[in-house]
Amino acid sequence: MNNLELQKHANEVRKGIVTAVHGAKAGHPGGSLSAADAFTFLYFEEMNIDPADPDKKDRDRFVLSKGHTAPGLYSTLANRGFFPVEDLKTLRHLGSYLQGHPCIHIPGVDMSSGSLGQGISAAVGIALGAKMNQESFRVYTLLGDGELEEGQVWEASMFAGHRKLDNLCVIVDNNNLQIDGPIDKVCSPYPIDKKFEAFNFHVVNVDAHDFDALRAAFQEARETKGMPTCIVLHSLKGKGVSFMENSIDWHGKAPNDEEYAVAMADLEKIGAELEKAGEA
Amino acid sequence: MAENTIRKVATRESYGNALKELAEEFPDLVVLDADLAAATKTSIFRKAYPDRHIDCGIAEANMMGIAAGLSLVGKIPFVSSFAMFAAGRAFEQVRNSIGYPHLNVKIGATHAGITVGEDGATHQCNEDIALMRTIPGMVVMCPADDVEAKAAVRAALEYQGPVYIRFGRAAVPVINDRPDYKFEIGKGSIVREGTDVTIVATGICVDSALGAAEKLAADGISAEVVSICTIKPLDEEIIINSAKKTGKVVTVEEHSVIGGLGSAVCDCLSANLPTKVKKLGMQDVFGESGSAAALVQKYGLDAEGVYKSVKEFL
Repeated sequence: MNNLELQKHANEVRKGIVTAVHGAKAGHPGGSLSAADAFTFLYFEEMNIDPADPDKKDRDRFVLSKGHTAPGLYSTLANRGFFPVEDLKTLRHLGSYLQGHPCIHIPGVDMSSGSLGQGISAAVGIALGAKMNQESFRVYTLLGDGELEEGQVWEASMFAGHRKLDNLCVIVDNNNLQIDGPIDKVCSPYPIDKKFEAFNFHVVNVDAHDFDALRAAFQEARETKGMPTCIVLHSLKGKGVSFMENSIDWHGKAPNDEEYAVAMADLEKIGAELEKAGEA
Repeated sequence: MAENTIRKVATRESYGNALKELAEEFPDLVVLDADLAAATKTSIFRKAYPDRHIDCGIAEANMMGIAAGLSLVGKIPFVSSFAMFAAGRAFEQVRNSIGYPHLNVKIGATHAGITVGEDGATHQCNEDIALMRTIPGMVVMCPADDVEAKAAVRAALEYQGPVYIRFGRAAVPVINDRPDYKFEIGKGSIVREGTDVTIVATGICVDSALGAAEKLAADGISAEVVSICTIKPLDEEIIINSAKKTGKVVTVEEHSVIGGLGSAVCDCLSANLPTKVKKLGMQDVFGESGSAAALVQKYGLDAEGVYKSVKEFL
């Protein structure tokens, strides 16, 4: 898929994120928006998946270890055709299948997650199982940078490195902000790349909002044999919505009606520019 | 039967043997351990099926997640560690990564209760039944002997969904070795009939309850002994019917009296047939170092201790 199309999809994913969180009056827009390009790249280009057959056996698997950014995953799945985009407005509502954190019963969701540190272990288990079954699908898991403070992440990484799980791609959304402040002020997990290297991962640092860079990074991951790959996404929290960008305030807060209008206007403007670029 | 003719087997040994014996019949079975294979006895399985045994190192939280992931690609993982670490340390991983998605993961937790012995309180888990019972959809079993332990492992493999089975470190008498023995998840059994008092016991305490019933009989007291392997879902019918007959119930478990078998029995009876219940077990205290036998005696969970408590209660 060309970059312009990916950018357009990512912009729609961002609209869905903002709409879902606004509808829920709660949720996590900041980390959903920072990972929106990665979500888009994975589901629109990288992964072998089929919205018409969400459980097909040879599909690539994805576990959202930073499960609080469910709006990002749900919006991507909806825009990719796994379920109606309209349903995003029911996020977190009583009776909706779109639970506050990913739930395995949602079409396209491979594992329940949200308690930080646990998703990566499940992804490692899936990757190990694929090796044991001699199945060739790949396993992706997305972590937050604050999530790296969880000890279980390193238990899982030690195991994945030890077992040389080259069918596993760990992605870290390094937007540098967690609830209580910048990650290097709260309890620094830096240097992230050196840590994963020390756990026997191949590591790629990449601009999270550059599709050429993402494409190259995921290709490098696929081509890396004998060890798992960690892609560190250098991202901007709240990316795409002016007042949410690089703001801790928008980690876990929903926009009110006025803020929602501004956010959607920001994204409509980006969308219009992308349309114009397409015509040029 | 004379004391010296009774066969004794630790249920952890039964567990290791059962895994090995069932490996061919259940080709998807894989076994995970956290550097305790020699103690949990999954080493018996490892020796026969090294490629199907996964040592996760000393990292129980991650091990539960690995098991969850393996189950998602069709494996049937049996995850092993000491009860303290499987149910205690990794409680939240069991809840969120196995219980909530209702995955087909089996947890074989050994070294439960005070019969861990000399290692002392840090390793004597008297809380695992309580913890595991609270997870929606989790089956919780505590076999009494070698026969029941092996039957429970098979039943867990045949069952679709998360199961927790508690095994012990110390050798215990084999009491279910009879041709008509049948095992079913969720079914208790009356191992001795009586009319004056019901003793509901689980795990190694079934043997103590039988011994106590023998002593009570000598005093002219007829005790019915109900053996409960599956604490969740509980066989409510067998407990209600026995309580109807005797009017008095004593529960015995190698576990805290808070949240375990005793609590489950009280939950059942308070809703269905309010009955006076005496709960024997660890009375809201930690254990300590000592031999298994000495500890069981000190905390009143041997036949003599159960006998005395029942006498006091009546």
